[in-house]
Amino acid sequence: MFFEETSEHLASLEHNLLHLEQTPHDKELLDDIFRSVHSIKGGSAVFSFDELTEFTHVFEGVLGQLRDGELQPTWAIVDLLLRATDEVKALVSAAQQEGAPPPSRLDLLRELEHMRSNPAPLSASATPVAAGQRDVMRERVIYLVTFIPSERVLRLGLNPLLALEDLGHLGTVSDIHVDTSRLPALAEMEPEQAYLGWTVQVETDKTPAEIRDVFAFFEGDCELRIEPVGDHTSLTTPCEEPVTSFVPDPYPVDIVAPSVEANSIEPGVPPLAVGLESSSIRVPVERANHLIDLVGEMVISQSMIVQILNTFSPEDLPRLQDAVAEMARNTRELQERVMAVRMLPIGTIFQRFPRLVRDLSRTFGKRITLHLSGEETELDKSVIERLSDPLTHLIRNAMDHGIEMPEVRRRAGKPEQGTIRIHAYHQGGNVIVEVSDDGSGLDTQGVRQRALERNLIRASEELSIEQIHALIFRPGFSTAKEVNAMSGRGVGLDVVKRNVEAANGTVSVQSEGNQGTRFRLKLPLTLAILDGLLLRVGAQTYILPLTTIIESFRPHPEQLKTIFGQGEVVGVRGEFLPLLRLHRLLNLTATAPDPTKALVVIVEHEGRLVSLLVDEVVGQQQVVIKSLEANFRRMEGIAGATILGDGQVGLILDVAGIMTLARAKNGTPKDTSADRAAP
Amino acid sequence: MGKLVLIVDDSTFMRQLVRSTLQQAGYEVIEGKNGREGLEQLDTNRVNLIISDVNMPVMDGMTFVKQVRETVTNGFTPILMLTTESSEEKKQEGRAAGATGWIEKPFDPNQLLQTIAKVVR
Repeated sequence: MFFEETSEHLASLEHNLLHLEQTPHDKELLDDIFRSVHSIKGGSAVFSFDELTEFTHVFEGVLGQLRDGELQPTWAIVDLLLRATDEVKALVSAAQQEGAPPPSRLDLLRELEHMRSNPAPLSASATPVAAGQRDVMRERVIYLVTFIPSERVLRLGLNPLLALEDLGHLGTVSDIHVDTSRLPALAEMEPEQAYLGWTVQVETDKTPAEIRDVFAFFEGDCELRIEPVGDHTSLTTPCEEPVTSFVPDPYPVDIVAPSVEANSIEPGVPPLAVGLESSSIRVPVERANHLIDLVGEMVISQSMIVQILNTFSPEDLPRLQDAVAEMARNTRELQERVMAVRMLPIGTIFQRFPRLVRDLSRTFGKRITLHLSGEETELDKSVIERLSDPLTHLIRNAMDHGIEMPEVRRRAGKPEQGTIRIHAYHQGGNVIVEVSDDGSGLDTQGVRQRALERNLIRASEELSIEQIHALIFRPGFSTAKEVNAMSGRGVGLDVVKRNVEAANGTVSVQSEGNQGTRFRLKLPLTLAILDGLLLRVGAQTYILPLTTIIESFRPHPEQLKTIFGQGEVVGVRGEFLPLLRLHRLLNLTATAPDPTKALVVIVEHEGRLVSLLVDEVVGQQQVVIKSLEANFRRMEGIAGATILGDGQVGLILDVAGIMTLARAKNGTPKDTSADRAAP
Repeated sequence: MGKLVLIVDDSTFMRQLVRSTLQQAGYEVIEGKNGREGLEQLDTNRVNLIISDVNMPVMDGMTFVKQVRETVTNGFTPILMLTTESSEEKKQEGRAAGATGWIEKPFDPNQLLQTIAKVVR
């Protein structure tokens, strides 16, 4: 719990520090930054990660001075603070792995100390590292301490009043509230039991850990909450300190109370709820409760069905149908809710990019700003995790090869400052993430030349600009050591493509001369479930992802033509699309030789349309995707399998794979897209 | 009148250490070399605090604490256990037996007095 919270604080800390550079006088921002460090310090003290506490204490000190205007957030200082943030990360992971803290922290600690002691006139002489720490920076904070001892504490020889007295000695008590809610009626009262609880408002310069220490002997026998009410700057800060309860938690799952949302980095952006590498998901209590409700309803409808079946007679049929429909509705909702549990805002991975861009800008000697938008777009956790590497790669790529050096940009009449934009949004059942830059764009001729040199294409091939650009994703297109020799780009873009495809997504590139380049990643919302159209081909049932389907119809004889060199085509509103007979592609025994007695389904992939000939459309259904590779073996044109309602295995068609398959079978590398072949 | 403290430990050195520290702070001290002797002392004395070792011959600390909790006169008396290791397991065990708290060995006189102040005043 502590580590998860800390990684959130760290992320927001970094984010805010980067913002601070641009808006140095944003008081709220400074407060947020201060709070993040303060919370990490508090938490670390509770778990007695002493090095971390020590470091964050000094860190906090410098931030305090920034906040009070004694220091100005210059570039050097922000840089130092960012390095300190890195150090905190290192300390946290050292604590997590119970390893030794990095020795580098001592140097940074000295630097921070120096920064802290220098501009302040009262401690002008260089303070030794250990000395100034404890006294100078301790400020008084008001805590709300809730202490509810268990009923048996008196029998253990514990006296709650002594603990309360000690609490009073830590600072100034301004309010005490006695909780008598557990007090039973007089007749039921056991004189040897403790029934009272207390909430004490105390202002103190002690850390939460020191407060907790007062109640040390009550550990395991009390409920204890220590919450800062707010210090001099922040008015209300709900629950920022780690809230620890010694009483068994009613929800054993890692659950975050909605109040944490107050911590959110920006208004409107949901809290970044997860450390990506973590194997746990934090779920708002609300969502978890809803799930439980739904499961309850399912149990009820299930027992209804059982009951009807026990005494079944034909006139019960309508009731049975109702009950089944009810259950189906619950199942669907449950499915949606369960998926929602795994949904995370894509911002969880965006947050590391500002830092990346900032650091790389210096390395490359370029001036680059990063614009992020659509951080709140939600995606399945598993998809998000696979997205991080490709996006990082694309950003690096844009910075290295896309954005030009400042003087080049000036000569080209562009602003010296380059811009990289990352934009995420929903489109249909997909999430689109675009990474665009305003750099030099792809050198189409250079790419073609390079592809020729690498034997990726033949000199005789005629390719559209899009097709040439798509070559940069081909494996072997470029290697890192050669890439700087040419003006193009493509450091391992094949890796990006592979990663994105592993997440069932696609990647494409668009580039306009000198105006920059846009990479477009199209990703499914989840990897687990697919909206599919069930098709029958021969005796087999296949599933097409609904998102790829444009339309389906039964063709009239006059719509069908055979074009020399292109095979069969079907005419749709003046356009001719290649007609692929699925049973032929998939080596099934033919059942419907006459297309006019079958159905044509038009599907789209990366802007290309093809029509598939199938025997019958069975219906639409959500299917759970099972990996064919894991359970059987990889098959061209098949993306996976699923279990159908009747227990049979249905194969999920992979439209891209089918197009490749068709090209291979026809032996024609010619464009099979919706080229407007004249009728 | 000073508070009366019972110290139960098989180590003479430890008993002396605790005794001298407590006496300087104004407590009165009685002793037992094991749990059995501790119980005997409690038969005739009503004490304000018991400090007990865990590992002792004849009757160990855990058994001793359990038996003390069953007495009428000292059922609610704070009992601090002297432990060498700060292991959670031992603390849990002590808590289950009815111990109030624990003092980790080694300790300096101030730590001892501060810990005692948490449970008796």
